[in-house]
Amino acid sequence: MSDCCTTETIDIKVEPRIPGKIRTVALVGPPNSGKSTLFNRLTGLRQKVANYPGVTVEQHVGKLSGIGRSDLMLIDLPGIYSLDSYSEDARVAVDVLHGRMPGTPEPDAVLLVLDSLHLRRQLMLAASILSLRLPTLILLNMSDLMETRGGEVDTLALAQELGAPVARISASRGTGLDAITHFLDRKSEPDVPRNTGRLELPVLGNARSYRQWATGISTRTKYKAPLSSEWTRKLDRLLLHRIVGPLLFLVVVIAVFQVVFSIGQPLSDGFGELLNGAGDRIGAYLGHGWVESLVIDGIWKGVASVLVFLPQILLLFLFIGVLEDSGYLARAALIADRVMRSIGLNGKAFIPLLSAYACAVPAIMATRTIENKRDRFATILVAPFMTCSARLPIYLLMIAAFIPNKPILGDFFGMRAAVMLSLYLLGFLAALATARMLKSSILKTASAPFILELPQYRLPTLRSLGLRVFDRGKVFLKQAGTIILTVTIVLWILSHVPFHATLPDSVIGRVGHWIEPVIRPLGFNWKIGIGLLSSIVAREVIVGTLGTLYGADSLGLQAALHHDLTLGGAMALVVFFAFAMQCTSTLAIVRRETNSWKWPALQFAYMSALAYVAAFATNQIILWLGH
Amino acid sequence: MAFVDALELPDEVGHHLMHMGFVPDARVIVIRRAPAGDPTVYSIDGFEIALRRETARSIKVRPVEEGS
Repeated sequence: MSDCCTTETIDIKVEPRIPGKIRTVALVGPPNSGKSTLFNRLTGLRQKVANYPGVTVEQHVGKLSGIGRSDLMLIDLPGIYSLDSYSEDARVAVDVLHGRMPGTPEPDAVLLVLDSLHLRRQLMLAASILSLRLPTLILLNMSDLMETRGGEVDTLALAQELGAPVARISASRGTGLDAITHFLDRKSEPDVPRNTGRLELPVLGNARSYRQWATGISTRTKYKAPLSSEWTRKLDRLLLHRIVGPLLFLVVVIAVFQVVFSIGQPLSDGFGELLNGAGDRIGAYLGHGWVESLVIDGIWKGVASVLVFLPQILLLFLFIGVLEDSGYLARAALIADRVMRSIGLNGKAFIPLLSAYACAVPAIMATRTIENKRDRFATILVAPFMTCSARLPIYLLMIAAFIPNKPILGDFFGMRAAVMLSLYLLGFLAALATARMLKSSILKTASAPFILELPQYRLPTLRSLGLRVFDRGKVFLKQAGTIILTVTIVLWILSHVPFHATLPDSVIGRVGHWIEPVIRPLGFNWKIGIGLLSSIVAREVIVGTLGTLYGADSLGLQAALHHDLTLGGAMALVVFFAFAMQCTSTLAIVRRETNSWKWPALQFAYMSALAYVAAFATNQIILWLGH
Repeated sequence: MAFVDALELPDEVGHHLMHMGFVPDARVIVIRRAPAGDPTVYSIDGFEIALRRETARSIKVRPVEEGS
């Protein structure tokens, strides 16, 4: 609160800039004002995504190539309602605008995007932005919609009132953008006078005076709010209906999963075969030797084992994108809030946690919609407990090898299905218990209320969905890719040193032997130990490792495992996988999203400890039962 | 329908809500409740905002008088 009102400080810091010359432009606007759409339109694919230093707020930066000004840099600030430091987002915005953000140049001009359908409230943000006295262009977005719905505003009068140019645009259609070009051209020339002090602004920091100021301006500029979208209300009457609402919600959820598994799985399989085929061909060029082994068995297969998830991950990003852009995500949060509250989280955590059933990576990245940092971290920490698709290969293998296919409830529900379902339930319960525990201890929230804005329904554009999937996919590959590459190379070296050693005699094999006393109480042998170590990259790697160790194909492996392990050990293994954090990609993404190694380290330690204890208990109970 | 009277909330939260439209004398209308009965969706200043009962309780309102 206190630092938002001391505008004097910026006047001192203006010096290093070349007066009137623009190099950096900041894009500011409230949430749901179409700011991201405009950013994408102005920068296109050439944008960079990173976290601001020291915080978990994402920074999007791009060149203004969309309007032919590649010499200028556009910084997309997080969506904010005011410059009050209520949220981390607002604090970041204030720091960037004041040039106090390390690594980010002080902006020379501001593009302020306002939703012209709700101009009165949005003007409140304009007051605090204008008080910064930076050259500002005000963009009334969705002006096409405003006009068709009978809204009006005197743009010229508004420009006079605000002492800044005002332009009507439509970010989704790309109209009116030449105003930005004009504004930047004019401001690029030297000696353009800045806004002088004659502008009458409300008392800073006082929301009431902001409101009066905004009301005054909207009256004087003859602003007539357009009729609110009829079909948003009509659609809500159905989608938030007491009975129909939750049912439709369920249908949406099931449909998403159906598509992710029925389309994503074959895509992943096909992609995997393609990668393996390419690996074999590259291997043929390299001949037989340690180079071939490092490149193919080490790097290529390791990276491929993670890349095969890319189709599913991208599909999930696409669905989350559709939900968010259409406006349904907020409704889903509203429907789920009551349930989520019982575990100490809020409704916004629901969709991310649900996505984690396919893959924790997109789920953790989707937690950005949760504004409350502690809620967001709690969601990130519990998401990997949800049964993701990487756990299925080992589940299926062990169940097929050890559980007889006896019917329980007729032909439809047998013993194998029951075990599978229990494993899903186990992960879910672990997530619930952990969330409760976190929310009543280290991530306890004092008094952050759940405030949810329900935006109007919109048809998502292909352009913005495409960019979103592209952008998220890039972040995943970059973050996870680098760490996975390191881990796979290290694991390869450990499993090939000393030279010409077979896997059991290598360093990793010896470690596997060495940890055997530790894992014996769980019913595991040294081969399983090696499998556990190798699957630190990704869970499904253990199936391949066990295949190598037992020298068997799928059916042979089932028989070999059945011979080598007890039922207790086998069930302990799947329980171990239900809880353990055997996924380097997830750890990499958690590090990125929490901006520290502390959280992924805590998560890894906690999940491993829980996995060990639970696997131990499983084995001992089954032994005690006499198997 | 009612008018916002005062926000009995910690400053930080209160200011945030004010910037979202919950300022004194603003007109609030209850639109609908979530299927589970809570949170409730309010219309304020042309926006639809959902609040839990525990938060809404701290926003004091006065009824709209007849004829106004």
